[in-house]
Amino acid sequence: MEISLAAETIFHLGPIPVTNSMLMSTVAAVFLIFVIYLLQKLPKTSLFYNFFEMIVEWLYNLATQILGEEKKVQQILPIATTLFLFIITNNWLGLLPGIGTIGFWHQQEEGKTLLPLLRSGNADLNSTLGLAISAIFIIHYFAAKEAGVFNHLKKFFNLRGIFSFVGILELFSEFSKILSFSFRLFGNIFAGEVLLMVVSFLIPFFAPLPFLGLEIFVGFIQALVFTTLTLVFYGMATSHQEEH
Amino acid sequence: MEISEAASKALATAIVMGVGSITTAIAIGWIGAKGVESIARNPEAAGKIQTAMILAIAFAEAIAIYTLVVALVIKFV
Repeated sequence: MEISLAAETIFHLGPIPVTNSMLMSTVAAVFLIFVIYLLQKLPKTSLFYNFFEMIVEWLYNLATQILGEEKKVQQILPIATTLFLFIITNNWLGLLPGIGTIGFWHQQEEGKTLLPLLRSGNADLNSTLGLAISAIFIIHYFAAKEAGVFNHLKKFFNLRGIFSFVGILELFSEFSKILSFSFRLFGNIFAGEVLLMVVSFLIPFFAPLPFLGLEIFVGFIQALVFTTLTLVFYGMATSHQEEH
Repeated sequence: MEISEAASKALATAIVMGVGSITTAIAIGWIGAKGVESIARNPEAAGKIQTAMILAIAFAEAIAIYTLVVALVIKFV
């Protein structure tokens, strides 16, 4: 039983190493694009269409509850829904049988090791860090668009006594947001993979089933937490302007 | 007595995970208990309480995740 913290490189595309996590994220993205394409073709009364409408409506209600204003909801909801669907697809695709077990043998000095062909996209710190950076960047983009770039930057850099110190603290809190976003998602999904691997190593039959159920739940909760936190941070970034 | 590097690494990982889990378990248990208590007092506000509860649990859980990351770094890096 070997556990690899980093995603394994499958092949090189020019100078860029392509890892199995990147392949999996691409699969998830293609799958989602296919689903959206299908949704556009289907009649609006079909079960599949109504199911997705239900998801969007549920997220809309969640965003309205957190943000309150219709204008803000309209602005952030497409991004929040995209993040939610991409993360939950990635998490759940990673639980399918064959992912992490199908691969090819790789010869090393210590002996043969298995190189899995696919690995859950969020079980790699790089992809969760990418998601976190884009979420925070989009939040700041919207905040700056609403208040003006100069006014937005004034929140972090100013010379008004104690507030200049508060601004520096705020700047650091933005970086810690990125860190906690990425580590939370990565830690949960990677720990889930390790847990499933260890349990099926100890008792191969029937024992991993309840843990699989737990991982399905964790995958949903983490996608929900990522989306909710994005909405909350967006609400915080845009509401601060009115006080000054 | 000589302690090998692998043994000390395994021990450090176990201590980090153990201590980290205790604090987070207390925090999440407390949040859940208080959340259920407030839902029982005011069932109409269940939706709002649930959102706030999940958020607070996510923040508390982040600490456990930090310890997990530290443990993984000790074990594998």
